[in-house]
Amino acid sequence: MKRYQKYFLNKLGWFLVTLVCAFLLNFILPRLMPGDPVAAIVSRLAQGMSNTTGIQAIYQQYADLFGTNKPMLEQFFIYVKNVMQGDFGFSFSQYPRTVADVIKSSIWWTVGLQFPAIIVGWLIGNSLGALSAYLKGSFDRVLMPVSIFVSNLPAFGMAVIMLVIFAVNAKWFPTSGGYGFDLIPSFTWSFVWSVIVHYQLPFWSIVLITIGGQAIGMRSMAIYELNADYVKYARFMGIKDRKIVGYVFRNAMLPQITGLALSIGTMVGGALFAEIIFSYPGLGSTILTAVLGQDYPLISAVSLVITIMVLSASFLIEMVYGILDPRIKAAQAD
Amino acid sequence: MKHTLQQIFRSPRFVFGFSIFMGILLIVLVYPLVITDPPLAIIGQGTFFPPGIYVSVYDSIGSTPYILNLDDAAAKRIAGKLGDEDRLAIKEWLVAVEIPENEIDIADTAKLLDQWVTNYDPAQKISGMTNAKRNYYIRLNKSLEGLLSTEGISIAVKNADTGALEETDIVAPSDYVNINQVPSVRVLPLGTDNFGRDVLTELVAATRVSLQIGFVAGIVATLIGLILGLLAGYVGGVVDDIIMFITNLFTVIPSVVLLILISFSIGQDKRGAFTIAVVIGLTSWYWTTRAVRAQVISLRNRDHVNLSKLSGHSISHIILNDILPYIASYVVMALILQISLGILAEAGLSILGLGPRTTEVPTLGLMMQWAMIYQAQILGKWWAYFPVIVVIALIAFSLNLMNTGLDQIFNPALRD
Repeated sequence: MKRYQKYFLNKLGWFLVTLVCAFLLNFILPRLMPGDPVAAIVSRLAQGMSNTTGIQAIYQQYADLFGTNKPMLEQFFIYVKNVMQGDFGFSFSQYPRTVADVIKSSIWWTVGLQFPAIIVGWLIGNSLGALSAYLKGSFDRVLMPVSIFVSNLPAFGMAVIMLVIFAVNAKWFPTSGGYGFDLIPSFTWSFVWSVIVHYQLPFWSIVLITIGGQAIGMRSMAIYELNADYVKYARFMGIKDRKIVGYVFRNAMLPQITGLALSIGTMVGGALFAEIIFSYPGLGSTILTAVLGQDYPLISAVSLVITIMVLSASFLIEMVYGILDPRIKAAQAD
Repeated sequence: MKHTLQQIFRSPRFVFGFSIFMGILLIVLVYPLVITDPPLAIIGQGTFFPPGIYVSVYDSIGSTPYILNLDDAAAKRIAGKLGDEDRLAIKEWLVAVEIPENEIDIADTAKLLDQWVTNYDPAQKISGMTNAKRNYYIRLNKSLEGLLSTEGISIAVKNADTGALEETDIVAPSDYVNINQVPSVRVLPLGTDNFGRDVLTELVAATRVSLQIGFVAGIVATLIGLILGLLAGYVGGVVDDIIMFITNLFTVIPSVVLLILISFSIGQDKRGAFTIAVVIGLTSWYWTTRAVRAQVISLRNRDHVNLSKLSGHSISHIILNDILPYIASYVVMALILQISLGILAEAGLSILGLGPRTTEVPTLGLMMQWAMIYQAQILGKWWAYFPVIVVIALIAFSLNLMNTGLDQIFNPALRD
């Protein structure tokens, strides 16, 4: 394991740096905009809520919590301290719930939906792309245009189409939510079944969206590798086709893993819209309610959480890549 | 240049994508010239009128009637009035009075009505039937009687002095008007949306605005990407390190998050279509930077660049004359991709309620947002959302086809 240490430390350092930068951006961006957040919040409070004690409490709490009248630097340290403690203040739109509470109840839905869906879509997409490059002919001619078209459907478009076909018309699956509206979360059979049924449509629409782009990428990678000199050489040497194909796809796979690490942010972004269409109780729907409710603390916190999720996922993928790519082992051995 | 263009237009993929895109562009440009209705005018009172030809009832009464004796007119009229629910209710009754179920066909209106007239008896009591249900059957029977009559409908006008109704005209079941002679007819090929706006006209205007947003976002992103990529690739050293650090940073931080944060902070009042486009451009340049930098690095030490350096040309001269022409194809491809990404990003932002202000211009995203808010997808109002998805997908599809077509030409390794 020692050989990898340098690679891992390097990646870990990069992960921490990006985390800090994301944190800074999350803090600075809203404050760079014309009109400081306090003014915005006060005006929003004035137009929004009917619960006057709630308004008072939030305003007081917000002023204390973020120290909005103090200098920028001090504000930043207060912000860091609060985030470290997981304290994001009250949610404007769902008072008296705290932001941390809202996020806690939605984050696992998103994690449980998106990461399995993206991984499954990635695996299927790469297999199809590789097959298409290897088999060529009619398989390729059918699969490629379909993949290009599917990958160009926006994620919400795919979600709407799936919803209309399978939930509204065929009535095989429910149209919205994460579980039946008449159930209370518990470990009973009926609840678990309801969760599984509600899971299908969001899951498969994310999988389908992921497949298209991955298949296209894998196909061009595999074609490139199949034409490489080592393949020709191996063929002249009389090595069995099956074995060559194994090498080719291992080589073609590596850039795809890097690609996944780079594009997981975009994928998660798309999947958030699929959640919104299905009113899945995850972070996507939370953002929507936060935007509609002009809920600044919630938006800020959710965007930070999503960023951290994406950064961690991409870090994990790079760890896997480090183990899979023999060149890294070789480089460290020198 | 001429040779390159010829080569490009020999690629079937590019030509296919190009023709779809040009088709969309043509429709967007020509449609407003032909149909000059303002796209955001609210014409319908009520939500989601289905697609069709809307004929003024008032005007058709005034138009010259033509008598056409069509045999199936009565059957069609009844079939049109008799909903699926009513048909099922009739079947239920017939089954209850012991008509064999295989003799009832709810799709066959004439036979069903015949069975109904012979078997229905308001006085008959069926065990287990609620009073409400029995009243429903009485009402149903009444409305059917009205439909079956061959009498005309009287048109009466209120006398201004006495207030009494005076019959002015009778519309017989066999009266027809010629649609060309009715002065006021409005064709709504895609119905109306939740506000009562003509969806097709709105869609064309929205496509136009979305394309503009895409172009602005694409150009902003490509310009930033190109400049940073050239600097990083050609100058190298510390500049390269700094630019690549920022680029890598923006690559891993999801741009959706940045978009949401920025557009929320801008505030609803200041969010015009142009602002949104610039914001999208500012958050999506990094792919272009990477691609350009990689190209420039591979060009940097070519002989012709070195020769140019030895001749004492300035950096800007070298970049303009010795590097840019070689990466032009990549830049065009990046621009095409950025345009399609920009249109998608606008749609996503609008669905979240962070798109351009709703009052001024329609965009594809805003149309989608309103359709979703009014649950068009669950109510089955396909005309409010499906055409929007199709247009977005077609634009993205055509742009991507053009892109892969170009890729195959400029990247020989990908040729089959």
